[in-house]
Amino acid sequence: MAVRTEPFVLNMGPVHPSTHGVFRMRATLDGEVVVDIEPVFGYLHRGIEKLTEQRTYNGIVPLTDRLDYISSMSNNLAYCLAVEKLAGIKVPERAEYIRVIIAELQRIAALLIAVGAFLNDCGAYFTPFLYMFREREKIVDLFEMVSGQRLTYNYMRVGGVSQDLPEEFMPALRKFMDKMPHYMDEYDQLLMQNEILIARAKGVGILSGEQAINCSASGPVLRASGVNWDIRKADPYSIYDRFDFDIPTQTTGDCYDRYRQRVDEMRQSLRIIQQAMEQLPPGPVRAEVPHLVRPPVGEAYARLEAPKGELGFYLVSDNSIAPDRCHIRPPSLINLTALRDMVRGWKVADLIIIFGSIDITVGEIDR
Amino acid sequence: MATFDFNIYNLVNSQAVPPDWPGGFWWHWLFFTVVIIGFVLTLVMGVIYIERRGMGRMQSRLGPNRTGPFGLLQPVADAVKVLLKENIVPTAADKLVHWLAPVIAFAPALMLFAVIPFENGALLADLNIGILYVVAISSVSTVGIFMAGWGSSNKYSLLGAMRNVAAIVSYEIPMVLAIAGVVLIAGSLSLNQIVMAQNVPFVLLQPLGFLLFFAAGCAEINRSPFDLMEADSEIVAGFHTEYSGMKFAMFYLVEYAEAVAISAIIATLFLGGWKGPILPPWLWFIIKIILVFFAMVWTRTTLPRIRIDQLMAFAWKFLFPMSLLNLFITALQVLAGWPTELAWVMVIVNIAVMVVMVFIWSKFFFRLGGGRLEA
Repeated sequence: MAVRTEPFVLNMGPVHPSTHGVFRMRATLDGEVVVDIEPVFGYLHRGIEKLTEQRTYNGIVPLTDRLDYISSMSNNLAYCLAVEKLAGIKVPERAEYIRVIIAELQRIAALLIAVGAFLNDCGAYFTPFLYMFREREKIVDLFEMVSGQRLTYNYMRVGGVSQDLPEEFMPALRKFMDKMPHYMDEYDQLLMQNEILIARAKGVGILSGEQAINCSASGPVLRASGVNWDIRKADPYSIYDRFDFDIPTQTTGDCYDRYRQRVDEMRQSLRIIQQAMEQLPPGPVRAEVPHLVRPPVGEAYARLEAPKGELGFYLVSDNSIAPDRCHIRPPSLINLTALRDMVRGWKVADLIIIFGSIDITVGEIDR
Repeated sequence: MATFDFNIYNLVNSQAVPPDWPGGFWWHWLFFTVVIIGFVLTLVMGVIYIERRGMGRMQSRLGPNRTGPFGLLQPVADAVKVLLKENIVPTAADKLVHWLAPVIAFAPALMLFAVIPFENGALLADLNIGILYVVAISSVSTVGIFMAGWGSSNKYSLLGAMRNVAAIVSYEIPMVLAIAGVVLIAGSLSLNQIVMAQNVPFVLLQPLGFLLFFAAGCAEINRSPFDLMEADSEIVAGFHTEYSGMKFAMFYLVEYAEAVAISAIIATLFLGGWKGPILPPWLWFIIKIILVFFAMVWTRTTLPRIRIDQLMAFAWKFLFPMSLLNLFITALQVLAGWPTELAWVMVIVNIAVMVVMVFIWSKFFFRLGGGRLEA
């Protein structure tokens, strides 16, 4: 008996529990099977790239907080690196170390959210998510000590950081560093070998290394596909060449690998922080930079390994106090281009977890 | 042994009803209807509180603790809030079906309690086919859920409703087969008789049956990890996406009333129902219901959700053969003549059988991913 069926279009989002913000997927479904999807975004467009053209170089830092709002420190740093490259500013030693510590803490915080949200998408009802928020809370407390903020930190400055680490920071950081590996083991015990999670995520949404390179994916998404490419090693910025750490990679590039990849990267970040803590030198935390930076005419592109992938700032200067043009390369947007190839032929439930495993922030996609 | 003479009016004269019960059938009926509704609604509020606080505890947060002492009034506050909400019906909805669905879904959840004994003989109708009635009634709420999914004219709802129907059709079978093992041992279909027969709780004599029934029961009432009919991270809320106000409250109530009902059935079939030392029987019964419910909360907070095809594979390739084997082994044991004085030996034997069978089956014959041997 042949039943006449036809595919139907399901609008997932912009208001949907699992689209990680205001993101819309126009999914064509054949029953439960995803035939095609079309990502629709722009709901959070704020014109940040245009806004930068009317602000001073230091005044742009708060704007970068609003890009990928769960890893603001990395955005700050990426932007400051670009300006420093443009203006040829040398950053003091202590500031470099503080930046590395903060950036790696930020990576852990952002990856915790990524992993938690992914497991939440898998249907583990908020438990891993809240466990990971518990640890993220400690990192946010640390950031509050240094910057006074808990989400949009606005901590980095052109030529250094806005202020030195307060007294209570190092003891709190040490305490965090002591406890974190234990908690990471706890998360792994909770779900890493869970039969249901493996059944749901293993072999689902495979992105081959070749595909990943072709769509210019970066970050954990790329490395989970087996490509060993991390800007901290491949094109070292700041002082990353002084630390001893590994670039973990996975083999298959399925959702489970992306999850494993993020967990592994958190452990490596802990290693970096540990080393940076031990080597932290005394000294000034900010170079002698005028309040209104006037870089020479020219252009510069600086990139760093943000928690989600390669975050780049391209700045063009016309020797005024504001950039002539600022373009941002958001890792979320570029990684998202792989989504369509990954989800076709999978089920609706897989669509959600594949999407979750890419780990996007809409603030960065729409800018 | 059960004699299959189905006559509901027999119960007035039956031995099961306390002889000093005032009035005749109708008083009995009125009394127990009121008791059941009161019992279910109160217990639903209780389990909602337990679930929210218990989940809060497990998720290293507090849970609701602002309304009343220890947040005990939270379910009341929720109920008041949801009743005061606007009732929104989508323009494209099938109005009658949309309106009728919560009612049809809710009624069976209450009706299940008609045959569940609160203590010896204290039940609305001691049907001698009680467990058959339970199986029959428990799948009726699917009709309500499918009506909700269809009547909302929402794609998420329809997906949720389709998943629900598929799940119920599949999970009914292992559920019935798991019950059959209990019935074989007890020698009766009446729930009261089954409780009476439990000198040792059947969870010990039927450990595999208990697990199978628990899993199938969780799937039947959409509890995690089988909650993909209302998977909030996928299809928002499934069949009740388009419901608000009182009708949503009805569905919310159905969800928990069914959870309580399944817990009560598990408590009755496997945990010795109202039987227990020292405490009064009804209190034992409530304690057991809450224990079973707590196990459901525990699985909900721990496990991820499985996919629709894995759900079906799990039913047909794991639960179904296992329940058949369970039935077969139980039947052999009964046929061989149950050694009542050796019950503890049989307990150990059956637990060993369960462990070995589950291990072998899950190791060599069934993998959740893909549900196929080679996967």
